[in-house]
Amino acid sequence: MNLVACVKRVPTTDSEPAVGADGISIDPASLKYEASFYDPVALEQAVQIKEASGGEVTALSMGPGDTEKELRECLAKGADKAVLLKDDGWAARDALSTARALSAKATELGADLILCGRIATDRDNASVGPMMAALLGWACVSDVIELSVEGGKGLAKREGDEGIESYEFSLPAVITCQKGLVEPRYAGLKGIMAAKKKPIDTTDAPAAENQAKVVSLSPPPARPEGRIVGEGPGAVPALIEALRNEAKAL
Amino acid sequence: MSKIVVLVEHSGGAAKRASLEALGAAKTLSGEVVAVVHGEGAAAVAGTLDASAAIALEGAGQSPDGLANDLASVVRDQGAKALLCAATGTGRDVMPRAAALLESTLFSDCTGLEAAGDGFRVTRPWLAGKLIATLESSAPVLCATLRRNTFAPADPGSATVTSADASTDFKAVLKEIAAKAADKLDVSEAPVVVSGGRGLQAAEHFSLLEDLAAAFGNAAVGASRAVVDAGWRPHGEQVGQTGKTVSPGLYIAVGISGQIQHSAGMKTSKVIVAINKDKDAPIFKIADYGLVGDAFEILPPLTEAVRAVRAEG
Repeated sequence: MNLVACVKRVPTTDSEPAVGADGISIDPASLKYEASFYDPVALEQAVQIKEASGGEVTALSMGPGDTEKELRECLAKGADKAVLLKDDGWAARDALSTARALSAKATELGADLILCGRIATDRDNASVGPMMAALLGWACVSDVIELSVEGGKGLAKREGDEGIESYEFSLPAVITCQKGLVEPRYAGLKGIMAAKKKPIDTTDAPAAENQAKVVSLSPPPARPEGRIVGEGPGAVPALIEALRNEAKAL
Repeated sequence: MSKIVVLVEHSGGAAKRASLEALGAAKTLSGEVVAVVHGEGAAAVAGTLDASAAIALEGAGQSPDGLANDLASVVRDQGAKALLCAATGTGRDVMPRAAALLESTLFSDCTGLEAAGDGFRVTRPWLAGKLIATLESSAPVLCATLRRNTFAPADPGSATVTSADASTDFKAVLKEIAAKAADKLDVSEAPVVVSGGRGLQAAEHFSLLEDLAAAFGNAAVGASRAVVDAGWRPHGEQVGQTGKTVSPGLYIAVGISGQIQHSAGMKTSKVIVAINKDKDAPIFKIADYGLVGDAFEILPPLTEAVRAVRAEG
């Protein structure tokens, strides 16, 4: 099976981003980067399918040239090859434009199954996976917590608003992966050494289209100054009083 | 002003509050709002809405790709300029697909929405709320999901309902929904959230938080990333950047230090209470009310006091 795992380079979750001087971008000095939190889950699921039933895993990303670091990690964790759509204008690219570029590349790669993280932990749109499926006319199950794929058919479970939903679908398909689907492995020394010999195919991304122009970027409004109501269990009545009569929250 | 289509979800025969909020947001922008309701009982719910017209998609399963097709068709038929829905699980699953079919990008989990010239301007959190971005849409159709507890809900109404056949051409077929326990509120929906962190010291001590949630009666239990990673609580309860973003009326953080990954996911709560042994914990910087002390000593009397207040009505 031809498996394509999509990976995005994003600011680390402990980053404290600062707004740049232009007021519409993030000061790059305030950021460190890593693969988006859910993407290693997608890669691990792809590698496990390959290990169980054969095939090839490609790690696919679109982003700045530095993304080779995250792709090298994917190669160390079991991907056979990596493809980078080099996109220096990534900050001005919307979800639809990303979905168009990645889905075109994935079909060129002959993907049977595209696996994404459920949401990228930077723009938080949770859109590119399902958008790719809609553009390709493929099945898609999002936020998957359980998956089996066999004989061109897939079964997937996701946590929906009313409970755990079970879906059946045929390949080709897109799934987006929720935490807990599989546990991402660590790259062993052997994997890291092997990754050095695996290819990263870098080409320029198609021109960015952007229907979402940033007009301002700001820190969230500061919360009003709070206060300590007291110490220990003896302060519980003071807290209740404040919640009832001051905050009207009880 | 141009026409807006809103997907209204329902449960137990009534429109969901989050959907009424999306409808309310649409009504502030346009005098022509078309509601779309799908699934069993759609027509009855559609008739209770305050909208220029309502379309009930009857007889369909709940396949997200089928619903996305139907929404895109309605938008095209109506010549609508915007498609909105609440940022529920269903909304976030269906809307990217509908947007792509409409050759439009999606603005997810918006906290602000206004008309700007011929188009729209939206406000939404980036990096789970560490920054707030204001964006101008040049999409052919503004497609947006709206954050819960942010927009004022529409009043009840009596929309004229048209029935339409829902798409039955599904790529992914929903076979089963294993319903969750009816009395268990989701952390992203509950009006009150009581969250625990490493300060609770062990998984079994979360029973103290469950007792507090039960005393409120409308509360869900949440958790920090540290305790989810430790396996004490399920990921579905995790609040923060790699879990759920919540915005309840009251958020009580117990034994949570308040690192940025956590605070980003709950900072827009209306009222925040922090209970922590460490008076220098960062959580006190964003809390409206802080209580310094041992959670094990504070939680039982707090639970009793909340129960007493609730009993008074």
